[in-house]
Amino acid sequence: MPHLHIPVTRVEGHGLITVHLGEDGRVQEARFHVTEVRGFERFCVGRTLWEMPALTARICGICPVSHLLCSAKACDALLAVRIPSAAEKLRRLMNLGQIVQSHALSFFHLSSPDLLLGWDADPKDRNVFGLAAFDRKLALDGIRLRAFGQEIIEILGGKRVHPAWAVPGGVNQPLSEESRDRIAAKLPEALRIAQDALSLYEERMGSWAEEAEHFGKFPSLFMSLVAPDGSWEHYGGHIRFVDANRRIVADGLDPRRYQEYIGEAVETWSYLKFPYYKPYGYPEGMYRVGPLARLNCCDRFGTKLADEALGRFRALAGEKAVTASFHYHYARLIEIVGALEKIQELLSHPEILSLRVRAEAGVNELEGVGVHEAPRGTLFHHYFVDETGVIRRVNLIVSTGHNNLAMNRTVAQIAQHWLNGREITEGLLNRLEGGIRAYDPCLSCSVHAVGQMPLRVVLFGPDGELLAERTRGA
Amino acid sequence: MRKLRVATVWFSGCSGCHMSFLDLDERLLEFAERAELVFSPIVDVKEFPEDVDVVLIEGAVGNTAHLRELLEIRTKAKILVAFGDCAVTGNVPSLRNPLPREEVLATVYGTVDPPGLEEGEVPKFLPQALPLHAVVPVDYFLPGCPPSAERIWKFLRPVLLGQRPELSGADIKLG
Ligand code: SF4
Repeated sequence: MPHLHIPVTRVEGHGLITVHLGEDGRVQEARFHVTEVRGFERFCVGRTLWEMPALTARICGICPVSHLLCSAKACDALLAVRIPSAAEKLRRLMNLGQIVQSHALSFFHLSSPDLLLGWDADPKDRNVFGLAAFDRKLALDGIRLRAFGQEIIEILGGKRVHPAWAVPGGVNQPLSEESRDRIAAKLPEALRIAQDALSLYEERMGSWAEEAEHFGKFPSLFMSLVAPDGSWEHYGGHIRFVDANRRIVADGLDPRRYQEYIGEAVETWSYLKFPYYKPYGYPEGMYRVGPLARLNCCDRFGTKLADEALGRFRALAGEKAVTASFHYHYARLIEIVGALEKIQELLSHPEILSLRVRAEAGVNELEGVGVHEAPRGTLFHHYFVDETGVIRRVNLIVSTGHNNLAMNRTVAQIAQHWLNGREITEGLLNRLEGGIRAYDPCLSCSVHAVGQMPLRVVLFGPDGELLAERTRGA
Repeated sequence: MRKLRVATVWFSGCSGCHMSFLDLDERLLEFAERAELVFSPIVDVKEFPEDVDVVLIEGAVGNTAHLRELLEIRTKAKILVAFGDCAVTGNVPSLRNPLPREEVLATVYGTVDPPGLEEGEVPKFLPQALPLHAVVPVDYFLPGCPPSAERIWKFLRPVLLGQRPELSGADIKLG
């Protein structure tokens, strides 16, 4: 089979795209490969459960808090404790800070150069510095919004990246009144920036209609946590699957029993595994996670400004789910606004300053599952330990992994639409990457994961002969 | 004044060191006044350019692609910096080093035919994850997991001004 190779940049990780042409010269298949692995599932074996939160945080520097919290939750289950409610609130606060910083990074630093400078802009300018030259205020806004999220993490955990703060049983430090006030003082500016970005997106949306139509618009399932009352959730609750019509396919699923409904396939051409919804089989059980899925799955957000925006978002698809992956960007901006509102609520809760933040216990269960919503989607940590708390087995399903099938489908769709003949144009190159970037894949997290995606596209003919190859910058 | 040509590279690391670089926040714009980021996961150049003044490399050398790239980068960059503990010591990715590679891959993928055993569409997994200086000479070590933005700035600022960076005391501590 003929194919095209494309390394991808401005996503968090290492990857490559190959496109295969059929006899008729049409795109037959396109693959997104993840090209790195570090082996966490193996080298965690033999370490103690107490080390796991800080160790697994090193899976990913973009969303270390996700792994930190998810791991701490799996360890709470091993201790069989219910953590103090103030500790849960503090963990939620840190996770919301992380959603803000991670989404801001995705939108302002990584994607807005495409959206605002255009798909055909000079590759030299398509980055955050190019954005600063084009619109200094917008770039500064992005930097400040991301910094706000990072500061919440730093104030709570003492460090912006890899704080060792969440521990089995709770957190190791409460929040002081002074620190709370410091966060609260910066909130209005963050909210102003987030709302401006959301309005900007809504105003400009019309000009991205072609991309919205072809950057991964197809029916699929969506999965996320939802709260017991059906509203948006990021820390607790249960798993829900909806289909492209926003009909609930499964609800109230116990996250601890994920293996009953999630299967994982492996392909030799990617270090990233391919999870699927078991009852539908592989690959028909393709589902998406992350901001788009969370907004499609929940009944309502649960805060004022985000619910108003959610109404406008839903109007894109009537009663149905928004199936255009391009609108991950839209969903991300709505989630930033909602996360900021929820931060406000938490800060004004009297319990947030409580000193009771940790439950002490030893090993009481030999198996524990932690689940939670990372910025990019549902994350699972599953540990088995011996009586002394030494890890015997680990399984991790990272957010980016869930989207693997959908990302592959997306690159195929973009290649089908923009590949003209056998030439790899700059516009095609950029859109292929842009399609992947919409998912904000964290290839670092993809444990079974990848590095920089220098966009290398290789086009192969029906007999496997190399038709064209193009590397950006060459 | 000619702008300094700076590159950042990501090998087997978690990208936390790169995030810490972005934590320079507003200082990023000051950086951009004196330097040009000519290659990095956050910009769109796909091929490591010639004549790079300073390259910060995050992560250990974990697979054959990293190995090839590192050798090439060494010939193209004047100052090569081991950026963060993974690059300095092997740190987290080297935790697998005592274990046979086949076993690591088989555990991760739960199959007898995992990716990474052969050079193919994904690069081959090296038997051990190596710190940079096990492969090429390194000019500066910038430790930390990750180095904080303050530490990065203490290092970069003099470099941007054409001076020799001097890190000492708490700033050369691992972790
Ligand atoms: S040194 Fe730490 S922060 Fe940097 S890549 Fe390695 S694990 Fe991540």
